[in-house]
Amino acid sequence: MTLFDIPTAALLGQLMLGLINGAFYALLSLGLAIIFGLLKVINFAHGAQYMLGAFVALLLSRHFGIDYWAALILVPVLVGLSGCLLERFLLRPIANQNHLYSLLLTFGLALIMQNLFTNLYGSSGNAYPTPEVFRGAVNLGFMHLPLYRAWVIVAALAVCLAAWFVIEKTRLGAYLRAGTENPQLMQGFGINIPFLITLTYGFGAALAAFAGVLAAPLYSVSPTMGANLLIVVFAVVVIGGMGSIVGAVVTGLAMGLIEGLTKVIYPQAATTVIFAVMVMVLLLKPNGLFGKGA
Amino acid sequence: MSELHATPIEQLRLDNVHAFYGESHILHGIDMKVNRGELVTLLGRNGAGRSTILKSIMGMVGRRTGSIMVNGRETTRLPAFRIPRLGAGYCPEERGIFASLDVEENLLLPPTVRSGGMSLDEIYAMFPNLYERRRSQGTRLSGGEQQMLAMGRILRTGANLLLLDEITEGLAPVIVQKLAEVLVKLKERGLTIILVEQNFRFAAPLADRHYLIEHGRIAEEISAAELPGKMDLLHRQLGV
Ligand SMILES: Nc1ncnc2c1ncn2[C@@H]1O[C@H](COP(=O)(O)OP(=O)(O)OP(=O)(O)O)[C@@H](O)[C@H]1O
Ligand SMILES: [Mg+2]
Repeated sequence: MTLFDIPTAALLGQLMLGLINGAFYALLSLGLAIIFGLLKVINFAHGAQYMLGAFVALLLSRHFGIDYWAALILVPVLVGLSGCLLERFLLRPIANQNHLYSLLLTFGLALIMQNLFTNLYGSSGNAYPTPEVFRGAVNLGFMHLPLYRAWVIVAALAVCLAAWFVIEKTRLGAYLRAGTENPQLMQGFGINIPFLITLTYGFGAALAAFAGVLAAPLYSVSPTMGANLLIVVFAVVVIGGMGSIVGAVVTGLAMGLIEGLTKVIYPQAATTVIFAVMVMVLLLKPNGLFGKGA
Repeated sequence: MSELHATPIEQLRLDNVHAFYGESHILHGIDMKVNRGELVTLLGRNGAGRSTILKSIMGMVGRRTGSIMVNGRETTRLPAFRIPRLGAGYCPEERGIFASLDVEENLLLPPTVRSGGMSLDEIYAMFPNLYERRRSQGTRLSGGEQQMLAMGRILRTGANLLLLDEITEGLAPVIVQKLAEVLVKLKERGLTIILVEQNFRFAAPLADRHYLIEHGRIAEEISAAELPGKMDLLHRQLGV
């Protein structure tokens, strides 16, 4: 069976791969959106934190024999804590300055981390073993989907869903939403906003690290893995609308799918299609698809 | 240990308070004392600095000097988020209803700071409109409903010092009447209230004392008993 002369199997296969990329876009843009919402910081270190997640998992496995499952919990906690420290001691002192300062600071930190890891471990990729249970593939009829990839989709979606639930349905989430709107008034109600900011940045960094651990067995672990991805993720965030949580997740998944679709229809454009969408969205709806008013 | 029969308890005291927004010096030495259970108004023309007094108490100005005691605790060196925990509840001039929260989430948002606050049911009984619209987005409410929400929100927390900034501004007479009834009830509950008001006819019958604010200073302190004799002065100063 074909659709526009494209074999359905190939189409579905590419869509599935697109969904996997989309899962990473969603996880990363979710973290960026949460951080931007409360801190108004465009976190250029996000890609480095993703890379850090993958690297720390690799190093923990190499030197301490810590396996994938433990890393999946431990690494986000470690990177999240480092994010809290970064916020507390580097971002907070410049919080009242022009937002450009925090952008430059996080950008500089990203470069430092990236170059540090390049110096220590070289620029070539390192393989991270796929966990035992996920070796093999499942036959979906139109493609053989490696089990690990299926797991990535499930895990990423579950985390996005959990984050959505926490943000939209819990008291902590209400603090986050209200703090995003009017932090000063929240302090006037007795909410410790500086602490909430530190936690939020740490949580965003932890999400990036979680994505990094998920990515480790899939892509090779290299110092530049985050930098390459971050550019696309920024485009996703711009399309979805800065600061919109749901927008970030939905747009992330959708952009992955669009990329997959383009790979089938016109492969040459696959790497640029997201930027083309971004330009169109910026022209038609400058606040992004899910962004609120000006 | 009934508080009603004890000697007056000093709920709020400002000594030589100066406040600044960046370089602009707005308050020039405010001295003020409010006892528990009193309802006091801050009167003055636009820009006199009445909102700034409330914001200074809440730690929401750029910088403040002097002494501000809330429930017996010095607050000028506390971070802003500690002040509400001493029992201060703030209702800002712009109401500050959160668009990303529904009505009930807005109501439940401020954490409890003391025991003795009103329950959600009591607040809904006081403001039935809010109950009917509890699932609506906070900012979809009418101006009057938003004002009720902004008030109800701080009644739940147990705050015993309420700072209310122009709560009647732009509201229909029936709603203003409703708010007056609410203030009477709150006073009966023993709450201390500082009311910034333009609507003098609303404030006059409720208040124990009035402070007239001019250019960031207290120009006059008028008790309810002295009010009739001072009406000319107020007319001149406020244009009411
Ligand atoms: N954030 C701010 N930055 C700089 N100046 C401010 C700020 N807020 C208020 N002011 C100035 O402080 C002065 C007092 O303002 P305030 O809001 O306290 O007045 P007000 O008595 O509440 O009057 P009204 O609310 O009727 O305008 C005004 O001159 C105002 O311009
Ligand atoms: Mg005012």
